[in-house]
Amino acid sequence: MLEIKNLHVKLENEDKQILKGVNLTVEAGKVHAIMGPNGSGKSTLSYVLSGRDGYEVTDGEATLDGADLLDLEPEERAAAGLFLAFQYPVEIPGVGNLTFLRTAVNAQRKARGEEELSSADFLKVVRERAKTLKIDADMLKRPVNVGFSGGEKKRNEILQMAMLEPKMCILDETDSGLDVDAMKLVSEGVNALRSEGRSFLVITHYQRLLDHIKPDVVHIMANGRIIKTGGPELALEVENNGYADLLAEVE
Amino acid sequence: MALPKIKADATDARLAALTLPDGAGWAAEARQSALSRVAAMGLPIKRDEYWRYTDPTSLTSIDAPEAAVFENDEAPVFNDLDRLKIVFVDGVFDAEASDDLSLDGVEIERVSDAMNRDIHWAKDLYGVLETRGQTPVQRPLAALNTAFATDGIVIRVTKEVSKPINLTYLHKDVSSDAILHNLVKVEEGASVTLLENGPGAARFNKVLEVEVADKASFHHVRAQGRDHERRAVTGIFTRLGTESAFKSFTLTVNGVLTRNETVIELTGDDAIAHVAGACVGDGRDFLHDDTVFITHDAERCESRQVFKKVLRNGATGVFQGKILVKEGAQKTDGYQISQGLLLDDDSNFLAKPELEIYADDVACSHGSTCGALDDTALYYLRSRGVPKGEATDMLTLAFLAEALQEIENEEIADELGQRLEQWLGRRR
Repeated sequence: MLEIKNLHVKLENEDKQILKGVNLTVEAGKVHAIMGPNGSGKSTLSYVLSGRDGYEVTDGEATLDGADLLDLEPEERAAAGLFLAFQYPVEIPGVGNLTFLRTAVNAQRKARGEEELSSADFLKVVRERAKTLKIDADMLKRPVNVGFSGGEKKRNEILQMAMLEPKMCILDETDSGLDVDAMKLVSEGVNALRSEGRSFLVITHYQRLLDHIKPDVVHIMANGRIIKTGGPELALEVENNGYADLLAEVE
Repeated sequence: MALPKIKADATDARLAALTLPDGAGWAAEARQSALSRVAAMGLPIKRDEYWRYTDPTSLTSIDAPEAAVFENDEAPVFNDLDRLKIVFVDGVFDAEASDDLSLDGVEIERVSDAMNRDIHWAKDLYGVLETRGQTPVQRPLAALNTAFATDGIVIRVTKEVSKPINLTYLHKDVSSDAILHNLVKVEEGASVTLLENGPGAARFNKVLEVEVADKASFHHVRAQGRDHERRAVTGIFTRLGTESAFKSFTLTVNGVLTRNETVIELTGDDAIAHVAGACVGDGRDFLHDDTVFITHDAERCESRQVFKKVLRNGATGVFQGKILVKEGAQKTDGYQISQGLLLDDDSNFLAKPELEIYADDVACSHGSTCGALDDTALYYLRSRGVPKGEATDMLTLAFLAEALQEIENEEIADELGQRLEQWLGRRR
């Protein structure tokens, strides 16, 4: 599904190397988690994969089902099946949440040569999926993320994911700012989307989220590289001992 | 004081090329007095403070610069509304294209008919509000209009009118130079909605004087057409009575030069005046200027100005907005916001917000911003699969939405919103 090879990334306007050779393969249907201390490059990896400006790839490659991601515009990556659930979902005053969702869904369908959803069909699906995420009609009508609580914003991200039905989902610290109940709700939303043809890359600081979204593989990232890969037990190890030991091992 | 030579010469040349239209005694007097005022003030030149951002040369030249007629394949704005339609072609009333002018609660007449009668309500309004609007800032092009207007409509409203009155200004001649003067008098407790659309002429000088009596209300929505080369200078002069309301919204896309002046006097307590505008400008030749002057001269009045301009490819947007709170106008609530959205590095937004306050118990706020689209929002939309052009339009419309929200009639607001969306989409 997702293959990252020797990815090197620096900031566009600064001489600062952030990713220094990331290698990572996520197979179809699997959930991979990336953990790591602050500043290790986790969020940068998610931004670079989704096509945010401000970064320069100096070496390496990233492909999604063989397609060169780095060569595509952000919207093309989305149409190819990539989705990033943002750590800080963006507020967009003046654009209604429903309008936004419908435009996005239909833009992707159009890009893939599929027929656009009619207004009625779209509404039916969105209402149903919103309900399971406890997103009410009011939240659908309001401008995108404006005045939403932290939990509501994250639930709205998952709703977008549910509507867009991507094959590769990257969750960037989706647990940050969530209370226990909200985390459960969001996790349930994610778990409901798990399927054979869909993969997840879950970026998190804490093992807590991985109690709810059980990973197949856990990677530890530090200083712009994946320094260790293991099973779910690796997350527990980090939770108990912190990153110090792992970092020392590498040095 | 003698006028600077350059101004005096330009004014003399322009006035020499015009003749005062005929009319009954009172009209001749009003026109003559306006002419004297123009001669005394002189026509505007670029060096005038009030015209420092907008070069008036092409508005005062003897001949109107030519303007191509926009080939339009879409239905005119407001076409689907139940309304009374009044049509002008290049500034001349077109009876055949217009609806019958009778409507319950309103008297509608052509201005020339009103001027041919010695006793007419219009006598106390024609040029009167325009004259009041000449202080403290001179508006010579409006006085020129009062003197030389060749057509227009006068509307007296005595009840709540059941449907909007729609003035449509068609442009068919590439060198038409039209001067129109409209009057609206909304009597006590009455209310009316006036819609205006269309470019009017290659060069269009239009004045609208509106007297809103106590407890009366006047709603105004206009769309200034899509002709790329047309020039327009418009002036709205209004005076508001006690507990009255005036709400005006203008949508401008295209046109090389637009100067919309709105002069509002709140003279009765508890009156409300809202004036808003949305503008989309494209290209180095585009200049759009909103100049607003609101005078609070009564207690507990509310005024609100909301102007949004989207500018690209070197377009220029201008906003000059003033709130003057006179002594004794206590509990005034004044608000003013002007915002420019620059879609590239070549476009300009020039704003001059002003407050002048002589009462000590008022709330007045003003703000002005200018900036580019939010990169993060653009990236967010694109990351969801929305292509860049479409995402840009979505954010642009979102920016303009705040101004469109000022339109009370939802049907009209929706129509203009949809038009904007189509227009933006076509340019992609």
